[in-house]
Amino acid sequence: MTSVLFDAPGPRARRNILVGNVLGAVAALALIAWILSVLHTKGQLDSRLWIAALDARAWQHYYLPGLINTLRAAAFATVGAVAFGILFGMGRLSHNVVVRALSGVVVEFFRAVPVLLMMIFLWLLFSRQMPWIEDRPFTAVVIALVLYNGSVIAELVRSGVRNLPRGQGEAGLAIGLDRGQVLRSVQLPQALVAMLPALVSQLVVVLKDSALGQIITYPELLRAAQVLASGEQNPMQTLTVAAVVFILLNYGLSVLAQWLSRSLSSRTSGRTAAGAGIGNPLAAPVAPAAR
Amino acid sequence: MDDYLAGFTELFSRYDVVGAFWVNIQLTFWAGLIALAVGTLLALMRISPVASLRLTGTSYVTIFRNTPLTIIITFMVLVVWTQLTVTLAPDFNANFFWLAVVGLAVYHAAFVCEAIRSGVNTVPVGQAEAARAIGLPFLAAARLVILPQAFRGSVAPLGNTLIALLKNSTVAAAGSVATETASTMKVMIEFSPNHLYAIFFIFAMGYVILVIPIGLATTWLSDRLAVKR
Repeated sequence: MTSVLFDAPGPRARRNILVGNVLGAVAALALIAWILSVLHTKGQLDSRLWIAALDARAWQHYYLPGLINTLRAAAFATVGAVAFGILFGMGRLSHNVVVRALSGVVVEFFRAVPVLLMMIFLWLLFSRQMPWIEDRPFTAVVIALVLYNGSVIAELVRSGVRNLPRGQGEAGLAIGLDRGQVLRSVQLPQALVAMLPALVSQLVVVLKDSALGQIITYPELLRAAQVLASGEQNPMQTLTVAAVVFILLNYGLSVLAQWLSRSLSSRTSGRTAAGAGIGNPLAAPVAPAAR
Repeated sequence: MDDYLAGFTELFSRYDVVGAFWVNIQLTFWAGLIALAVGTLLALMRISPVASLRLTGTSYVTIFRNTPLTIIITFMVLVVWTQLTVTLAPDFNANFFWLAVVGLAVYHAAFVCEAIRSGVNTVPVGQAEAARAIGLPFLAAARLVILPQAFRGSVAPLGNTLIALLKNSTVAAAGSVATETASTMKVMIEFSPNHLYAIFFIFAMGYVILVIPIGLATTWLSDRLAVKR
């Protein structure tokens, strides 16, 4: 147990911890038992409902097509967001005042506007004024995710470059590179390695926010679960299945981000912290190195 | 041009834009309050030396941090209200409001927990060792040395969570809260499609005006309070 708050326990503390441990376990199990008993009295543990939410038909016709759409939107959005982020991140680091100011306004605007507001606006815009766009809900989901997450990544790029030791840029200038070359061939490559863990954490945000597509009729995993539930009257079961799929995917990505954060720290002179998985990944304070 | 402006004025007398933002601020306030209480409790559980409490806290955070908020809000309406017949308020609309508050609180409590925990993690072990070395018992060391530094370190991530909560309060649209901003904007655009850009811009700027001061205040407070190391 390595906690800053607690010293290695002595015999009396060990006894107290044991008592707390048993009481805590009893309380947690009691809570789970109470939830299960409520579900049982409401008929939600009926095997028919669960089988209808878990059988081959449900996966083949509902969850898997939904999951494919979720992953498709997330993949397109990730590629677009990385491109947007590098472009505007470099814009914010530019030595040209106009470019820097414009990039700043764009990034701050899209970071402040809720993704759902953006998605609904784009969807209505496409259906009213750009009917030639073929898959309008998909396009709206992808562009809204690109604009928000791209702005977050732009901030990651900017802070990644800022957090590099000054000597990196100075060494580049000393060997005769100009500022643009220093940024592109010395600072960005190291900053990109350093921000990789935070970028993987941002993928969790992209995946979770893709479920907002449900509100604008994009047939992703949550919508598939709802459509299945409307036939079988088992929303609790189908939403639980959809949530578990999201949890497994996102948990895998979080573990990957933590692993990258540890293994990449020797590859770059920047900081390699994973993101918070919500809002601005730069807000989490950096833990002291000796831990 | 006059027609355009006249249509615009009529639109804003017909729909209560400020009222829509007020609904989101109320959602944020109540959900934030509950999330702060639950998140602090979870953080205490996760940093305690008691394994069963740690496991419970970690499970909660892993489950709710990785579930899309849209699923949680949808679950509140379709399952907690429709299937389990839990009613949080006698009035139909107030009930949807409080269901959305609980959904938002459940989700953001996981992030509040992680924000507080990351604040505790900014305190170097040497501080605790020094506190013990001068003979402070556990509670005194926690109260006088560690927790004050931990709270200062968690200002930035807590402010970040608050901003995310304010923006995420629009997801209440998935929980039938029809008076909040995302739903109001949709209805307004559908009612008056030729003002589409102006309507979106006004709602977007509303969020910019709300979010940027919170961000500045957080940075200022965090710079002022955080212990320089």
